[in-house]
Amino acid sequence: MRVAVITFPGSNCDDDCHHVFGDVLGKETISVWHREVSLPTGLDVVVLPGGFSYGDYLRTGAIARFSRIMPAVANFARDGGTVIGICNGFQILCEAGLLPGALIRNRSLRFICETVSIRCETTGSILTQKLQVGQVLRVPIAHAEGCYQLDEGGLQRLEDEGQVLFRYCAPDGTVDPAANPNGSKRSIAGVMNAGRNVFGMMPHPERISEHVLGGVDGRALLEGLVGI
Amino acid sequence: MKAKIIVMPRKEVLDPQGEAVRSGLHSLGYEEVAAVRVGRYVELDLDDSVPDAESRVKTMCQQLLANEVIEDFDFIVEP
Repeated sequence: MRVAVITFPGSNCDDDCHHVFGDVLGKETISVWHREVSLPTGLDVVVLPGGFSYGDYLRTGAIARFSRIMPAVANFARDGGTVIGICNGFQILCEAGLLPGALIRNRSLRFICETVSIRCETTGSILTQKLQVGQVLRVPIAHAEGCYQLDEGGLQRLEDEGQVLFRYCAPDGTVDPAANPNGSKRSIAGVMNAGRNVFGMMPHPERISEHVLGGVDGRALLEGLVGI
Repeated sequence: MKAKIIVMPRKEVLDPQGEAVRSGLHSLGYEEVAAVRVGRYVELDLDDSVPDAESRVKTMCQQLLANEVIEDFDFIVEP
């Protein structure tokens, strides 16, 4: 099992991801600079971490998607490799067209840094295979552009195909507008592609995978990704 | 040549900036403002020697300057 964490200029969660996959989960983890044109061989998982790649210029993720490494990431995904984008990584995957939708400025126009509740919507993915549908996780978010947008037809396709991974919810699991921190359509906090091998989520599971950091609600997700 | 490009959030997309500006104008007393949309204006200085400026600018918009999932664009190319 080999994991690669891509660092873009402005990534700031790359070390956290490297630490969790490498030190906490004990998997061989390789850092990859965005100017590389190929991924390491024998790779199982590619992680696009959070941060502010290219200063969020133009739109979040809009410049990073043209990084030299991205064609290799797209090929890896097309061949069935597991790719996860967390926060800015989710924004990059949407801009690259590897995930449906787009993420725009929060409804409040504010940067939100807090712990929220999210509800698992499907167990039909390696990311969520260790959870149960309806299970509530407490996970940190930290973003200014996390408001998920997609046209109604696209949203319906996501729902019909079971591609919604998580929704923001109240602590008891109720999905209501008051528990939606950023205005996302249908309270969506994470989605996957139709092939069920590319994942994007705004909350940060890597920040809540050790007891010393306040909990392990995110750990089951990352364990699922690397087959623990 | 100059390309003048306007990128706007699509009608069905939430525009929190526009909503904040509308509320600001209302508090200044401009009650007649029913709705505000805030977009982006981009100007490109183009080398005259490249043909097909119009179609190239359109492709630039589609590839980078606008995200058609959430935005519409319009442009003119001037001598």
